[in-house]
Amino acid sequence: MKEEKGAYRPLSYFQLMEVTLRELLVEKGYLTEAQVAAEVENMRSRTPERGALVVARAWTDPAFKQKLLENGSRACESLGLDVAPMRLVVVENTPEVHNVIVCTLCSCYPRPLLGIPPDWYKSRAYRSRMVREPRAVLAEFGLHIDEGRAIRVHDSSADMRYMVLPMRPEGTEGWDEARLAALVKRDDMIGVSVPRAPRD
Amino acid sequence: MSARPQAQYETSYEPSVAPRFAPGDRVRVRKAFPPGHIRTPFYIRGHVGEIERYCGQFPNPEELAYQRDGLPAQPLYRVRFRQADIWPGYRGAAADVLEVEIYQHWLEPAAS
Repeated sequence: MKEEKGAYRPLSYFQLMEVTLRELLVEKGYLTEAQVAAEVENMRSRTPERGALVVARAWTDPAFKQKLLENGSRACESLGLDVAPMRLVVVENTPEVHNVIVCTLCSCYPRPLLGIPPDWYKSRAYRSRMVREPRAVLAEFGLHIDEGRAIRVHDSSADMRYMVLPMRPEGTEGWDEARLAALVKRDDMIGVSVPRAPRD
Repeated sequence: MSARPQAQYETSYEPSVAPRFAPGDRVRVRKAFPPGHIRTPFYIRGHVGEIERYCGQFPNPEELAYQRDGLPAQPLYRVRFRQADIWPGYRGAAADVLEVEIYQHWLEPAAS
């Protein structure tokens, strides 16, 4: 059957619960419709480009990188990025260690830097398999990690949020920050891929 | 026990419980199954790891979930486990590790 655009479809259970709760909060005066709309807009406006800027700065400014690894939130604030109240832990990929982020309990994610998480990040398959067979899961993402390199899986089970600082790709010597930032994708900062310089 | 560990993040909840563990300490996660909202993943209960860092003190999420204030704030750690210790037949490098945030009341000292 051909799907008709704009056809009526009943709300799902969770959609109905969301509408009900939101309308009740507005009716009781806890929130206004405008505040809800502004928050949705605010969430949509945060995209992985923010995280990419942080990575590019860390690649070009060793003092910033050190600050970032010591206290991720404070370092981001020094770039003028509003990340409160997130407590950010940045984990660095090296030739010896590859890092990857998961939240097995729910779907904790560094939203102020990377925006809304991809659907697969919230899937049961990713959440349960990434902790117990990370190499197999990474291979399914097309990322093969050499046996000689350790994999460090980070389960964000409580109050910290995590971001991976990938290694700067070879062949990017002399690139400026904006050009470097354009190389860095969301998945690189979750740790299921790594940035690569385009071959020409 | 080592000197009071330096928290990665300054937190200012009062009252709060003093941290007992420092980076490098060997700890065992309690093998307990209480009901309620628990932020200690099932798969890690009963396993031995090493304190990677002390994160600071935070209101207890097990209390927050029921609209209580979660005080006194509980010390929170990142604990590093060897994958080979957690999963029987783990396929990967011996150096592969898993890090999980765990509250102090879920940890007990383990022999090194």
